[in-house]
Amino acid sequence: MISLFTEPLDAFCGGFFLLTAIGIVSTRQMLACLRLFMIQALLLVAAALLIGVKLSSGDLVAVAVITFVTKVVAIPWVLKLSLGSEIYAQREIDQVLNIPLALLISAALVLFSYFVATPMVTAVGQPFTNINLPIGLAGLVLGAFTVTVRREAMAQLIGLLVMENGVFFASISIVPHLPVIAEISAAIDVPVMSLIIGLLIRRIHKRTGSTVVSELATLRED
Amino acid sequence: MWQSILFNLIQVAVVVGLAPLVEGVLHRMEENVQSKRGPNIFQVYRDLWKLLQKDEIVSEESSWIFRVAPYVAFVMPIFVTLLIPVLTRYPLFFAFMGDMLAAGFLLALGGFFMALAAVDAANPYGAMGASRTRMVGFLAEPVFMMVFFTVSFTAGSTIPYIVQTSWTAVPGGFFEPVHILVILAFLMLILADESRIPVDNPSGQFELAMIGKSKYLEYSGRGAALIKWAGCMKFMVLTCVLCNVLVTPWGLAAEHTLVAVLLAIPLVLFKTLIFLLVLVVIESSLAKLRLFRISEFLSAAFVICLLAMVTRLMGS
Repeated sequence: MISLFTEPLDAFCGGFFLLTAIGIVSTRQMLACLRLFMIQALLLVAAALLIGVKLSSGDLVAVAVITFVTKVVAIPWVLKLSLGSEIYAQREIDQVLNIPLALLISAALVLFSYFVATPMVTAVGQPFTNINLPIGLAGLVLGAFTVTVRREAMAQLIGLLVMENGVFFASISIVPHLPVIAEISAAIDVPVMSLIIGLLIRRIHKRTGSTVVSELATLRED
Repeated sequence: MWQSILFNLIQVAVVVGLAPLVEGVLHRMEENVQSKRGPNIFQVYRDLWKLLQKDEIVSEESSWIFRVAPYVAFVMPIFVTLLIPVLTRYPLFFAFMGDMLAAGFLLALGGFFMALAAVDAANPYGAMGASRTRMVGFLAEPVFMMVFFTVSFTAGSTIPYIVQTSWTAVPGGFFEPVHILVILAFLMLILADESRIPVDNPSGQFELAMIGKSKYLEYSGRGAALIKWAGCMKFMVLTCVLCNVLVTPWGLAAEHTLVAVLLAIPLVLFKTLIFLLVLVVIESSLAKLRLFRISEFLSAAFVICLLAMVTRLMGS
């Protein structure tokens, strides 16, 4: 029963994964951005579990557990500790481009990643790559786009984390038996990275009173 | 053939007769969510009856368009009902007269006449509302086209009956990314087209902020009743397209018997109720967008639809 529906359910997760990535590019609210990231991480967990059960790969189940612990629990917690007032204030994020333009560009980026991924899918030849590889690649590119287009340090951090999610989403289908040690190292890496960036943002906020990166143009020594 | 025509007539009767009920249930649920008691679910019928009893006042300065527009707006959803699956899974008598594009254009024709009539009455609010509706309309148009292109790519046809079977025919086709994205884009389209909350506030009474409602401020009596009824029917028709063609193509009558067709009515109402619940959640949790942010909302819908197309064309 489950094995019959694995592929469609994985595709289902993939569709929503893409949608959350687009949402993170275009949403205005800080808190919504973080929530969308958590939903995206949950979808990644679901996809890893589905593929892990289908290919009976314990490593992927471990990936799912590690991803859940780090991205759904640890990262929001770390961010809340380091810069709670920044995120949980209801405020809007600045953008370099206006939202319709950013959305159209992200559609073009998704098209591009599908275009790039199609030959790779045939080259890899694993069962789930036709869904996961292009969507994961799109997540990577859209995360990079978020980093470029947002003027806010916090949103840029979330962009980095989306890139990471995209890479994982693609890799769970390409390498179903990734050694757990690689996963654990990535898993420790990501919360530490967000902790460091979070603390940095907090320092910036203390010094300049805002976290709008575009305003940090002049160098001041004291 | 006669049976097929009979079923078609039942379908029209269901939409014409039950559309005010759907609207009434929606009002009731929305008020309940805001912890008010809310009107009776049959209140819309009473309103219609009261308006039909009253005299109609028509300005001397207005032209024939003002008088014709309510009838055009009332007839168009009925035409569309002939084309879409409301109760049966097999095509009925008029099913091949037009596809989903035709249905969309018929509804747009009704909207076009309403906009003309709003300008015709020379009420300043009417013209403002008409121009705003056109703005939302032309932003929604590309989304509408993309939805139907994507659907016709997936199903190989734009006839709603064939589209409907294509989601269920492929095993697991229901869960494909293209399906989810198309449903979401169409939902956003319905919200924009029906002047629902993120785009417009349907229960607002402030003329300057109105988008959809200000078009018929000048109507009274029978004209107002027809327009109100037409609005309910248009909503029900779009709900049927969403529920029966795109989201859940199950629960429709499969056999060519009268009993099966009649049994499908409560099932369709049940699906509509679930959709209304979703709508109530959306409407109570979001705020109305500022006018110039509507373009962002609809461009998001457009991009979602474009993604659906991309995942369909390149993904499989």
